[in-house]
Amino acid sequence: MTTNNMTIRLGGAAGDGVESNGAGLCLALARGGLHVFGLPDYHSRIRGGHNFYSVRISDQPLYSHEEPVHLLLALNEETIHRHRDKIVEGGAIVYDSGQVQDLPLHRKGILALPIPLSEMAKEKAGTELARNTVALGVAAGLTGFDPAPIESVIRQNFARKGQTVVDGNLAASEAGYQEGQKHAADFPFKLKTIPDAPPRLVLNGNQAFAMGALAGGCRFVAGYPMTPGSPVLEWMAAHAADYGVVTAQVEDEIAAINLIIGAGQAGVRAMAPTSGGGFSLMVEALGLAGMTEVPIVVYEAQRPGPSTGLATRTEQGDLWFVLRASQGEFPRIVLAPGTIEQSFEAGWRAFNLAERYQCPVIVLSDHFLANAIRDVAPEALDFDAVTIDRGELLSQAELDALEGDYKRHAFTESGISPRAIPGHPRAVYATSSDEHTEYGHIEEDAENRRRMMDKRMRKLEAAVKEMRPPALYGPQDADFTFVGWGSTYGPLREAVDRLNAQGKLANMLHIVDVWPFPTEPTAQMLAAAKRVIAVEGNYSGQMADLIRMATGHQIADRILKYDGRPLSPEYILENVTRKA
Amino acid sequence: MTTVNDFASPVRPTWCTGCGNFGIWNALKRALARLDLAPHQVMLVSGIGCGSKLPDYTHANGYMSIHGRTVPVATGIKLANHGLKVICTHGDGDAYAEGLGHMMHAARRNIGLVDIIQDNRIYGLTKGQYSPTSDQGRVSKTSPWGSFELPVNPIALALAAGATFVARSWSGDITHLTDTIASAIQHRGYALVDVFQPCVTFNRINSYEYYRPRVYKLQEEPGYDPTDRIAAFQRAQEWGDRIPIGIFYQVEDRPAYEEQVPALKAGPLVKQPLEKLRPGQIEALRAEVI
Repeated sequence: MTTNNMTIRLGGAAGDGVESNGAGLCLALARGGLHVFGLPDYHSRIRGGHNFYSVRISDQPLYSHEEPVHLLLALNEETIHRHRDKIVEGGAIVYDSGQVQDLPLHRKGILALPIPLSEMAKEKAGTELARNTVALGVAAGLTGFDPAPIESVIRQNFARKGQTVVDGNLAASEAGYQEGQKHAADFPFKLKTIPDAPPRLVLNGNQAFAMGALAGGCRFVAGYPMTPGSPVLEWMAAHAADYGVVTAQVEDEIAAINLIIGAGQAGVRAMAPTSGGGFSLMVEALGLAGMTEVPIVVYEAQRPGPSTGLATRTEQGDLWFVLRASQGEFPRIVLAPGTIEQSFEAGWRAFNLAERYQCPVIVLSDHFLANAIRDVAPEALDFDAVTIDRGELLSQAELDALEGDYKRHAFTESGISPRAIPGHPRAVYATSSDEHTEYGHIEEDAENRRRMMDKRMRKLEAAVKEMRPPALYGPQDADFTFVGWGSTYGPLREAVDRLNAQGKLANMLHIVDVWPFPTEPTAQMLAAAKRVIAVEGNYSGQMADLIRMATGHQIADRILKYDGRPLSPEYILENVTRKA
Repeated sequence: MTTVNDFASPVRPTWCTGCGNFGIWNALKRALARLDLAPHQVMLVSGIGCGSKLPDYTHANGYMSIHGRTVPVATGIKLANHGLKVICTHGDGDAYAEGLGHMMHAARRNIGLVDIIQDNRIYGLTKGQYSPTSDQGRVSKTSPWGSFELPVNPIALALAAGATFVARSWSGDITHLTDTIASAIQHRGYALVDVFQPCVTFNRINSYEYYRPRVYKLQEEPGYDPTDRIAAFQRAQEWGDRIPIGIFYQVEDRPAYEEQVPALKAGPLVKQPLEKLRPGQIEALRAEVI
């Protein structure tokens, strides 16, 4: 018997409530004191198709999903076909006997449980829609999990639909639970609540980033819906009235970035969430922010391209794009958080960096990080660490004391010019996307151009000093050193743990601060490493190429994944074995 | 009282002698002075083009953005600080070619902007290509056979999009233009002012002499009711020997966009304190995901 170490996968068609029930199960398990990692997988359609949600559960903190499945809850037949090979020895398939007549299962050692999910749902809740609730009840019964946390989530999630719906779903869950209990003796994977566990937050990368941004003083969000970035706009809109945030859904991403540039110019911390396609539309205006030194934050949650690519899937293919997007050269800062905690921190840190260096900051996430759910301790969203640093922004007293004509783009040693929010009589100025003088006036003089370029680019000299070096995880000395960035953190960390458990010495370097690239510390760390393997969710190994450009260090070994699905510990280990 | 001279900038215009932009520039400054607005209370937003250099020549807050994006930048500024009078000055290429979509959406939103279009019906700064408001058949460097497209009708488009203030004036009548811009600045919501602006270098057809005998003032038409949207649509179709100018349409029964945004009830966003979240707010956010 195995306790508190398994993966439950719920699968069905789009519209079956797979994602909401998967997320609900995560919350219930976390309320039961367990650690969870929830991974949605869905198609770009509203109805039909095949969606599934994997919930990995442990009594130890989790950073990644895993590929093996211990319990498959199949709301339709396709789920069985697609996932039966992932089921471990001793695992089980629960399927809707009303939908599937003969279970097309050709493997022994798997418990097949035909249960009339739809019929039970109709009987208990008055609608077949509740069959996913029945299935969760069965899962609780089979695993011996306390039904109370599941009931608490049902009460919460259905509250706005009225008491009848709540009661119906509670009855459906209870019926499923009893049915599951009948077969509990045949199922060796068990879940036990941990009674005195501390409370845990359960959220995904989008939510963590949005919360961090709000905490960091983001007061303006403009966007156009695009998976997987739009939930940040939705989250902000939901909190807009309570927290004094202006949110605007506008006609396209070109408008979105220009709105936040206007808001940034007017003195408000502003952000536009999007994905690669939307960012493509923003490119020209990104240079406008660079040229006129307006602080803005763009959240780019990547998905596989080119073009529409795989709309609801993941990739890390936009790194070089965001590094070089827009004509000409101007300072920009790029952060690529890899965890819930890092997403929260990037949310507020991006605004400080944008205002300190008066330039655009891009936060690169991806579909995997944006949507995967993990539990963290309440303190892990470290609101105490949040600072609001507006950089060289002139205070009211400083504005009142200004004499002479105000120079918005004054030549300074740091390249950073004290910034006035428009509206003060002593700091009236106009600035331009054309090259301009210190005052902001349009100017084509060669000497002015050279000095102005130098001034703007000089800002990176200070910025690079506060870029963090790659974070080392694992033993200092190792035979294998993996290099990852952004969302590869979780799967890579687990791969490192598993290798070390097998007696192979492995560690990882994880990069969050991508640009300006922390060249010196990275070069030192790589020079000290024995065998280096880059692990990335793209075709070419863009970070490995960036590292080579910055440090001269060539990483020839690359484990890459570009099928739209996230890296997993198993995929990494399999490829390590193949290479070794 | 502010005066026209309060808006004087040390930078001299690079516009050609006789350019229609001088009339627009002067009328705008007169309108601002008449309304006793000081330079720091005004934000001039432009794009790229000859006319879009106007903020560089004017002592007021200004932001010269990129081609076609004047209106979204101005929208962001207005929502961040609705205490400012935000005035767009940009050309027909900026407003009706690259920026036409933004204009329609700004009108739908009824965002509180004055949108002055310096409509010379030609591309001047790029030296003489036809523009969205050039007449069909216009021969230019990029239409040597005569353009095939119909010109856009900005008045009808703005009306169709739901604009609450739609006007046209021209550079040859500073008094009329000043009055029109002043009315636009006082309007609640989005105000389009399309201005015929003779380009003395690249558009020899639509000159001062072309417009002077053709334009007539809607206010002087007996019985013209600027709150009648259908009548405004009808006048918007008039073109040729008689071209109407003035306020085609104005209603103030629709709230401006910024009046409806919950976060702006407490005053301009930029004036609201920017502080760390309070413990109660942090607890509330955490409670959402427990």
